[in-house]
Amino acid sequence: MSTVTQDVRPETPPASPMDRPARSREIKNVIATVVMWLAFLIAVIPLIWILGTVLAKGGNLLLDSHWWLNSQRGITNREVGGGAYHAIIGTLLQAVVCAVIAVPIAVFTAIYLVEYGRGRFARVVSFMVDILTGIPSIVAALFIFAVWVTTLKQDRIGFAVSLSLVLLMIPVVVRSTEEMLKLVPNELREASYALGVPKYKTISRIVLPTAFSGIITGILLGLARVMGETAPLLVLGPYSKSINTDLFSGFMAALPTMINQDRSEAVDPAVNRVWAAALTLIILVMLLNIAGRLIARLSKVSK
Amino acid sequence: MAQRIDVKDLNVFYGSFKAVEDVSMSVEPRTVTAFIGPSGCGKSTFLRTLNRMHEVIAGGRVEGSVALNGRDLYAKDVDPVAVRRTVGMVFQRPNPFPTMTIFDNVAAGMRLNGERNKKLLAERVEHSLRGANLWNEVKDRLNKPGAGLSGGQQQRLCIARAIAVQPQVLLMDEPCSALDPISTMAIEDLINDLKSEFTIVIVTHNMQQAARVSDQTAFFNLAATGKPGRLIELNDTTKIFSNPSEKATEDYISGRFG
Amino acid sequence: MSSITGRSELDVEPSGDDASTGRLGDRIFSGLATGSGAFVVILIVLIAVFLLSQAVPALLDNQANFLTDRVWDLTPGDLRFGIPDLLYVTVASSIMAMLIAVPIAIAVALFLTQYAPKRLATPFGYLVDLLAAVPSIIYGLWGVKVLQPYVDPVQTFIGDYFGWIPFFAPPANTGTVFLASVVLAIMILPIVTALSREVFDQTPLTHKEGALALGATKWEMIRTAVLPFGTGGVISAAMLGLGRALGETIAVTIIVSTNPGLFRFSLFSGGETFASKIANNAAEFDTPTKAGAFIAAGLVLFILTFVVNAAARIIIERRKAFIE
Repeated sequence: MSTVTQDVRPETPPASPMDRPARSREIKNVIATVVMWLAFLIAVIPLIWILGTVLAKGGNLLLDSHWWLNSQRGITNREVGGGAYHAIIGTLLQAVVCAVIAVPIAVFTAIYLVEYGRGRFARVVSFMVDILTGIPSIVAALFIFAVWVTTLKQDRIGFAVSLSLVLLMIPVVVRSTEEMLKLVPNELREASYALGVPKYKTISRIVLPTAFSGIITGILLGLARVMGETAPLLVLGPYSKSINTDLFSGFMAALPTMINQDRSEAVDPAVNRVWAAALTLIILVMLLNIAGRLIARLSKVSK
Repeated sequence: MAQRIDVKDLNVFYGSFKAVEDVSMSVEPRTVTAFIGPSGCGKSTFLRTLNRMHEVIAGGRVEGSVALNGRDLYAKDVDPVAVRRTVGMVFQRPNPFPTMTIFDNVAAGMRLNGERNKKLLAERVEHSLRGANLWNEVKDRLNKPGAGLSGGQQQRLCIARAIAVQPQVLLMDEPCSALDPISTMAIEDLINDLKSEFTIVIVTHNMQQAARVSDQTAFFNLAATGKPGRLIELNDTTKIFSNPSEKATEDYISGRFG
Repeated sequence: MSSITGRSELDVEPSGDDASTGRLGDRIFSGLATGSGAFVVILIVLIAVFLLSQAVPALLDNQANFLTDRVWDLTPGDLRFGIPDLLYVTVASSIMAMLIAVPIAIAVALFLTQYAPKRLATPFGYLVDLLAAVPSIIYGLWGVKVLQPYVDPVQTFIGDYFGWIPFFAPPANTGTVFLASVVLAIMILPIVTALSREVFDQTPLTHKEGALALGATKWEMIRTAVLPFGTGGVISAAMLGLGRALGETIAVTIIVSTNPGLFRFSLFSGGETFASKIANNAAEFDTPTKAGAFIAAGLVLFILTFVVNAAARIIIERRKAFIE
């Protein structure tokens, strides 16, 4: 029972079989391949260039033990000497305090989104996390300034810097924790419920530990991000050449401000130190980044 | 002029794993050949070597020859892209390009070959849609998205798209398995019409379908799990289904396994 | 990380199960979770509220028109500040960065998903991702000290031949908006690439095979199946990159000259973005009114990035619904 139009099936002359496609199509194909490879190289060159520059111009100082143990107290621009200890310790302290505040909030937000969230409110929360991801660091800094300095009349201290870093770290940790929690198979949760384990224990004793490595990855990546931020320091954390480990009083040095302080200098010891500080910062950030990715790759819950 | 296919000593590999072993067969022009066999026996894998789609998968390669009217598809100087223009393919699940209209879908192959003449394109699109028994249903909405049709219509659209580039051979990989019985019947009628112009090879897991549409049938099977698939028997369809030579064929057809 | 595209690994609607009981542990726990979610929402609201409340007094005191007057003078009692210049430089530098970065990002994403050998695609992709790990201050430093001599000839060339167009008026200094755009482009490349990569990876195999089976070359297959499928995703990736560029602070601050005499509406002049203006004057937030003017600028930046990010997410959501 063939459907209509039997008549309209004229013989058409066949195309010559297995001719190579037109030259121009082949050429376009080859050009496209070349362009793609070139694009990749173009993308990678700046990375290598920057890393090379920083190494070349600042590497020497990092081999000096003084770099890691001393501050810049008393060192003028023309003098060689001193180190970056004050800045390194400042960066680390601010980041750790930030993490202490940000991580619990972020992890619980992720838990909400995956384990509890339903309907409208959950979508709003998710949307807001996305917005938080896109907030410029300067805006986060201004916000904390508006709250901490203008409204609460506090001084600009290391702790205020940490507060703005919290805004920047939360979204990173939320998203990666969320991913990991979603990867935990539902069967695991159901097995736990079936054994009579309440939900909160299921999450804290079974789901979280399974997702643990991913959470660590998120924390490490978040730390890498906030350690490199300069804007909050400009607004809330003026530079100091001396060591200060008190987050609640006085000026505290950090690597980005150490770089920023002397960036317009042209005299050699200062220039050398700027690049060395940059190299120190990059090493710190890259180590965290690589560690985070490695842990993700070796994680228990496979993709 | 539809072409004959001659396969000689074909072995199909994924990397070092041999998936199909030692196939030799011939397909006459303007006939329908059905490949049947249990799941995983290699019939789809083998089908895809006939238009060199097998090598699209990483590690896919063949040893042996597949000749179209005497010309080896796997000869050194043959471009796979050209082969695929000559040997068309329809897939198991209809896959019209979602961002294109019905007209653009059918014309896609021609446009890729550089055809710009609007009149010629329109003629060929109509011809192909008629050839796929879809023209009357879509002639008033050629500029609507291809994805808006029913499953059976989408599959006929894909057939129209395949025949629009005027291939010599049409390969069909379980074309009806995602369709309802009415659409299946429409496609089977269509195959019957198409064979006057094309050589058709169809993979099907539905034996009754093979019996209905094909002139000759090839039965593939695995020796054991993990072993390569083989061509067990190739014969006229009527003979395979009434009086097969091999016991394995008879067991499969009578439902003792598969 | 991949949920930046809105698509999570399992693509499952987040819907908590009903396993909570009334016990104390459950109540506390779910309270903490919901509270944290609420905290995030409140935080955004607070940001808007605080910025607004501290910008408004300064705005009310403003003798000049905030949106149209090209002036920035914060003498107490005679506040005059307007943002057109800032808006122009911010938008111009960011769009220029996008114009440079997006085509390259698309090509790199295609490379990583369609051309690179499978085993190398992940390490290669990681190399591109590492670009995002470099802190922005280092981009600024490198841009102004190392890259600048290489960009100069390009600027001079364009300035010489196309300088009659005001937009391309020849450079009068080395710290130009163009240089910042180039560096911004490098900075946003990784994020646009990563998102485009995800989208291209999701192209259903059957469409790619359909194109190949018609006798398409690899490039033609990409044009027919991969790119049309990924259009929405690439657009939202570009917008997220734009959002990033709009808010970038320190790199722009370091690179672009702020000498007021040098500002013209040219790509090759100096200038300030919202972010760099605030950063350049961060030491002068002594009075609430003065700070308020800068906070007003920050508020505009907040709104800008909010809108761009929201639009990008909406595009992703629409696309997700279409796929499913």
